[in-house]
Amino acid sequence: MPQMQLVKCTINGKATETTVDVRASLTDMLRNDYRLTSVKKGCEVGECGACNVIIDGECFNSCIYLAVWADGKSIMTLEGLIGPDGELSDIQQAFIDEAAVQCGFCTPGFIMTAWELLESGKEYTRDELRKLLAGHLCRCTGYENIINAVETTMKKRLGKA
Amino acid sequence: MAVGVSEKRVDAFDKVTGRAKYTDDLADKSALIVKIFRSSVAHGLVKSIDTSEAEKIPGVVKIVTCFDVPDRPIPTAGHPWSLDLGHQDIADRLLLNRHVRYYGDDVAAVIAQNEIAATRAVRAIKAEYEEYPFVLDPLEAMKDGAPQLHEKFGNNILAHTSYEDGNYEEAIKEPGLLRFEKWYDTPTVQHCHIENHICYAWEEAGKVNVVSSTQIPHIVRRVVGQALGIEWGKVRIVKPYIGGGFGNKQDALYEPLCAYLSTKVGGRLVKYDMTREETFACTRVRHAIRYHITTHVRPDGTFVAGRLEAFSNQGAYASHGHGIVAKGAGAYRQLYCYRGACKGDAYTIYTNTAASGAMRAYGIPQITFALESHVDDIAKALGMEPVALRRLNMMEVGYVDPFSKNENYFDSFNQCMEKGMAYLDYEKKRKEYANQTGPVRRGVGMAIFWYNTAVWPISLESSSCRMVLNQDGSIQLQLAETEIGQGADTVFAQMASETLSIPFENVHVISSQDTDITPFGTGAYASRQTYMGGFSIKQTALLLKSRLLAYAQNVTRMPVSSLDLVDGHIVNVNSGRALLSLKDLALEAFYNTDRSEHITAESTYQAKSNAYSFGCTFAEVEVDIPLCKVKILNIVNVHDCGMLINPALAEAQVHGGMSMSIGYGMSEQLLYDPKTGRPLNDNLLDYKLSTTMDHPHLEAQFVENYEPTSAYGTKALGEPPATSPAAALRNAILHATGVALDAAPMNPHRLFARFREEGLV
Amino acid sequence: MYDMKALYEAKSVPDAISLLQEHPGARILAGGSDVLVQLREGKLAGLEFVSIFKLDELRGVSLEQDGTMRILPLTSFSHVARDPIVNRCVRVLAEAVDKVGGPQVRNIGTIGGNICNGVTSADSASTLVAYDAVVEVTGPEGVRQLPISEWYVGAGKVALRPAELLTAILIKKESYEGYAGFYIKYAMRNAMDIATLGCSVNVKLSGDKKTVADARVAYGVAGPVPMRAKSAEEAARGKPVSEETVEAAAQAALADVNPRTSWRATKEFRLHLVEELARRALKEAINRAGGEI
Repeated sequence: MPQMQLVKCTINGKATETTVDVRASLTDMLRNDYRLTSVKKGCEVGECGACNVIIDGECFNSCIYLAVWADGKSIMTLEGLIGPDGELSDIQQAFIDEAAVQCGFCTPGFIMTAWELLESGKEYTRDELRKLLAGHLCRCTGYENIINAVETTMKKRLGKA
Repeated sequence: MAVGVSEKRVDAFDKVTGRAKYTDDLADKSALIVKIFRSSVAHGLVKSIDTSEAEKIPGVVKIVTCFDVPDRPIPTAGHPWSLDLGHQDIADRLLLNRHVRYYGDDVAAVIAQNEIAATRAVRAIKAEYEEYPFVLDPLEAMKDGAPQLHEKFGNNILAHTSYEDGNYEEAIKEPGLLRFEKWYDTPTVQHCHIENHICYAWEEAGKVNVVSSTQIPHIVRRVVGQALGIEWGKVRIVKPYIGGGFGNKQDALYEPLCAYLSTKVGGRLVKYDMTREETFACTRVRHAIRYHITTHVRPDGTFVAGRLEAFSNQGAYASHGHGIVAKGAGAYRQLYCYRGACKGDAYTIYTNTAASGAMRAYGIPQITFALESHVDDIAKALGMEPVALRRLNMMEVGYVDPFSKNENYFDSFNQCMEKGMAYLDYEKKRKEYANQTGPVRRGVGMAIFWYNTAVWPISLESSSCRMVLNQDGSIQLQLAETEIGQGADTVFAQMASETLSIPFENVHVISSQDTDITPFGTGAYASRQTYMGGFSIKQTALLLKSRLLAYAQNVTRMPVSSLDLVDGHIVNVNSGRALLSLKDLALEAFYNTDRSEHITAESTYQAKSNAYSFGCTFAEVEVDIPLCKVKILNIVNVHDCGMLINPALAEAQVHGGMSMSIGYGMSEQLLYDPKTGRPLNDNLLDYKLSTTMDHPHLEAQFVENYEPTSAYGTKALGEPPATSPAAALRNAILHATGVALDAAPMNPHRLFARFREEGLV
Repeated sequence: MYDMKALYEAKSVPDAISLLQEHPGARILAGGSDVLVQLREGKLAGLEFVSIFKLDELRGVSLEQDGTMRILPLTSFSHVARDPIVNRCVRVLAEAVDKVGGPQVRNIGTIGGNICNGVTSADSASTLVAYDAVVEVTGPEGVRQLPISEWYVGAGKVALRPAELLTAILIKKESYEGYAGFYIKYAMRNAMDIATLGCSVNVKLSGDKKTVADARVAYGVAGPVPMRAKSAEEAARGKPVSEETVEAAAQAALADVNPRTSWRATKEFRLHLVEELARRALKEAINRAGGEI
C-alpha cells in the first residue's frame, strides 16, 4: 500500500483537506484531487513554469513541490483569481485585452507570477518585469504581449495609466 | 464590420480562467497509463525482449512488444491522402519497431494502473540488440558503405529531385561573371509547444475513440485506420484545445499506438502522456539542411546563374519527408531572378536521429537562412548595399509562378523594406557602423522571404464549413480547420460575422473537432487557415444567407430579390427598412406551426489557387566580441499577408514567429552524442529556448495589399514570421564584425570558434 | 508522482539526524529542485527520503556578536537575495543567487542545497569560496565546522558524513569587511540556465584606493569543483590599481584552472572565458571598492 498522509491546506481561500500519496507532487494533488486544471504540466522538472502556483505569497512550480509540503499552507491557483460573481481580475482581463493569450497553456502560470509581482505594489521597469517573468517559457507569443499585459496592469494599479 | 477589427479572442476568457480543457484535463482518472520502452542504441535489431521482471510489478496490466504488433507500415505525415499511388506518404515504421533506427525508438509499451508501476516496468524490461553501425550526418549517410536504415532506399536517399531553368552550364560561360560559392548549415531544432503530445483512447459504440493533442484530427483518423487495419469510419478522433503544435502535431504521433493498445486491453481507456524528454527526442524535429549555393554575378550585381544543392537530414523515419527541402528549393528558384539559369538539386536522406517533420514554415527558415546569408556575402564582396543588391535581383512585380499560377501583384518587397528601414533608421546606421574597432561593435542587417499560402497544387486544398442557426438568430460555426493557439476560431467568427452581417458575438465557434461530427477538412498547417477557411466560410455564409432570405420571403411576403441581411436584420433593400430581426426570423423558422424549418448550411470549397506572402526582417545587434555574445537591440518584421482580419492577433502571430526564428538563429539546437547517437539536451534547461530576458521588443508591422485570389483578401501569416529573422541577425553580425557565420545557431560557441579563426579573440 | 520507497518528514534537526541514522540509505530532501529532478530521472528512484523542507529553524540569516554572518541552509535563493544583512555584508552573494534559474526556482532552491549537491556550476558556490565561507554541519557526534575549501571533495561529492546535515554557512567578519565583490555568471541564456563559467571576485583596496591590498578570485565550472585561483590573487595582491594589474591577474588565472571539454562547452572556450571574466569581474570589483581604472 502506498504511504498516505493527510494534507490540510487552504486552497483559493477555502480550508480543505485530503489524504494524498506521499509520492504525489503538488501538481498531482491540485489536478487530480481538486480538479484545478489550470495547473498545467509542461516539463515536470521546474523548467517551463506551466504548473506555477502561489504558496503563502510566493510562486512555486508545483511539479517539484511535494504535495505533503502543502500541509498548513495557503495555495492560490488561477481559479482563485476569479471574483465571487465570476468576474475576472485585472490581470486576467489584461491578458485578454492585450492579446497575450495564444495556445493558453503557459497562461495560468504566467498570470500567477504576474499576480505575485503586482501584489507587491511596486513599480518595475520593463527589464525588471522581464526578469520577474523569466521562469516561464512560452512558444507562441515571443512574450511581447504578456509583458505588455503585466506592465499595463501594473501601471493601472499604480494610477499611472 | 467584423473583419479588420481587433476583436478579443473567442477562447481568451476560458484560457485566462483555467476553464479551457486540454487533453489531459478531459481524461478520466480511471485511465490506464502507457509508458514506452525505448531503444538504448541508435541503430540495431531487437533480438529478444525479456519482460518477465516487468510483468511481476504490481499494477502492470499488459506489456506489448515489437514482436506482437502487426507488420503493417504506417505513413505518419499529416498530408491529405492522395489517390495517386506515387504521391502517397511513405509508410516506413510500425507501431513498435524491431529494427530500431534511432536512440529512443519505440520498442515496447507498458500498460499499467498507475504511472509509477508503468515507469518501473519500463526500467525492468531488458532487450537484447544486434547493434548496427549508425550515422548521424546526411552527407555521410549518402556515401556507399554507410549504414542502411531502410531497405528500399539505397544510400539512405529517401528522395532526390532536381530542376533546371535555362541552361546552367551555358549561362555561366558569360564573360566577366564573378562566382560566389559557399556551404551553409542549419540546425536540428524542436517545436517546444508547452503542452507535450498526449492522447488517450478507448473503444465505445463499435469504434476506437481517440482524444488527442493534434492539429489534424481528420488526417489522424485516416492514419489510425490504416495503422490498425480497420475502416476509417470506425475511428473517431476528438481534438480539444491544444497547447501549441507548430507542425509537430501535424503528424500522427502516438495516436495509432494508443488506439492499438486500447484494443489490446479490451477497449479500456489508455492514456499516453509524453514526457518533455520524449517530446524532444521521439516526436519530430525540424529538418537540419546543409546547402551548397553557387551564384554567378555580373560585376554590377546582376544575378546570372544560381545553383543550389541541398541535403536534408530526414532522421530515422519519413514523416513529411522530401516535401520540406523541396519547398525550400522552390523558394530558392523564385526569390531571386537569375537572368541565365537556375539549377537545383535537393536530397532527403535518412539518418539515425529523430524523424524530421513539419515545423512552422516547412523548409523556408532553412533556405532563408542560407540564401539570405549568401546574398549578403555577395553584397559585401561587391561592396554593394544589401538592399540595393536585393532590389536589383528579387522577384519582379508581375512574376507568375508557372506551376501554382501565383502572381506577384504588388511591389510588396519594396513596400515592406521601406517600412523596415524606416523603423530601424537602417540607412543611417548602416553608414554609422561601417568602420568600427574595439571589443563591442554594432551592426544592422536584413533579409527577405516569400512564402506560399496553403498547399495547392502539390496537394488537395479543400475546406468544409457548417453553419447552424440557433433560436436566437446566432449561429454555430464548425470547421475542420483547427484552433491551435494561432487565433483561427476568432478570425473564423469574424469572417462569418462579416459575410452574414450579424454581430461578432452571435457567431459561436465550436472549437473542438470531433471527426464524427465536424465536417471534413485537413486541419492546421501551411498557413492555410484564414485563406482556406475564408473560402468555405464565405461560401457557406452566402448559402445560409440565401436560405434565411428565402424563409424571410414567406414571413415578409417580399421577394428574396428585395431582401438583404444587414446588421442582424432582414432589410428591404428598396426602402432600407428593417423588417424583422434575425432572432424573430429564427423563432419563426423553428416554431412556426405551418412551416417549421431548421435552417442550416454546409458546403465544401476546393481551392485551386495559392498566394505569395511576402516580407522582411531588419535587425540591429551589438556584439561583445571577447564575450562572444550578441545582444539584439532592435528587430522588426514587416509582412504583406494581404488584409488583416484581426490586426492584434496578426501582430501576436508575428511576435511568436520572430521569437522562434531568433531562437533558430541564436541559440536552439538539438544535439546528439557522436559516440552513441543519444540526444544530449532533450530538456528545456539544456535546449536553449529563449526566455523573456533573451528578447528585445519585437516589432511587427504590415503592408496591406488585398490578395485578389482570396475570399477576404488575406494570405499566409502563421508561418512566415519564423523565416527571415535568423538571417537578418546573421547579416547584422556580419555588418558589425565583418565575420560571416555560415551555420546556425550563432551561439557563443560558434562565435568563439569563428572569432578565433578571424583572430578577433 | 515520485518513485520514493518512503518519505520521512523530519520534525527538528535532531529528528532529521536520527531518521538518517535509522534509514542509512535515505537521501536528504531540502527544497527538492535538484533531488526531485534526479528522482524523476530514475537516478534515485525507489530510495528512501528524509525531508527537512519543513524545518523553519533552518531558515534565515543573522549576524553573530563577532560579526560573523550566519546563513541557515534552507534559506531560499530569493530570501538570500533580498536579505538586508547579506546585502550589507556580502552584496555579491545576494547578486549571485539572484542569477539562479528563474523566480520560482529561486523561491524553492536553497543555498544549502546549492552547496550540498557539490556541483561546480552552483551560482552561490564560487562566491562562498571566494569569501572563505565556513560550513557548519551537525551529526550524531555533534556540530563541526570546516572551511569551504575542505567541503568539496570531488565532482558532486562533499564532506558530509553519514547522518550529518548542513546546518549553517558562515562568513567571518574579516572575510567580508572592507571587501567589495563582483560575480559574473556566463551562460547561454539570460535566465533559466546553468553557468558555462562563473567567476566571483572580491578585492580590498588600500586606504588611498591606489593599491590592491587583497584580492580573491574564485570560479565555478573551471574544474570539477568550485575553486580559487591563487595565482591570479597573487598577481593582484599588493599591486597598483591599474589595467596592467588586472591583465596580469586575468592571465595568471589560467594557471589555476582545469576546465574540461564537454558538449556544453569546449575547454578552449572555457579557458578564454576564465581570462575574460576575471578581467571584467576584477575591474568591476575594484570600481565597487572605490578604485578607478
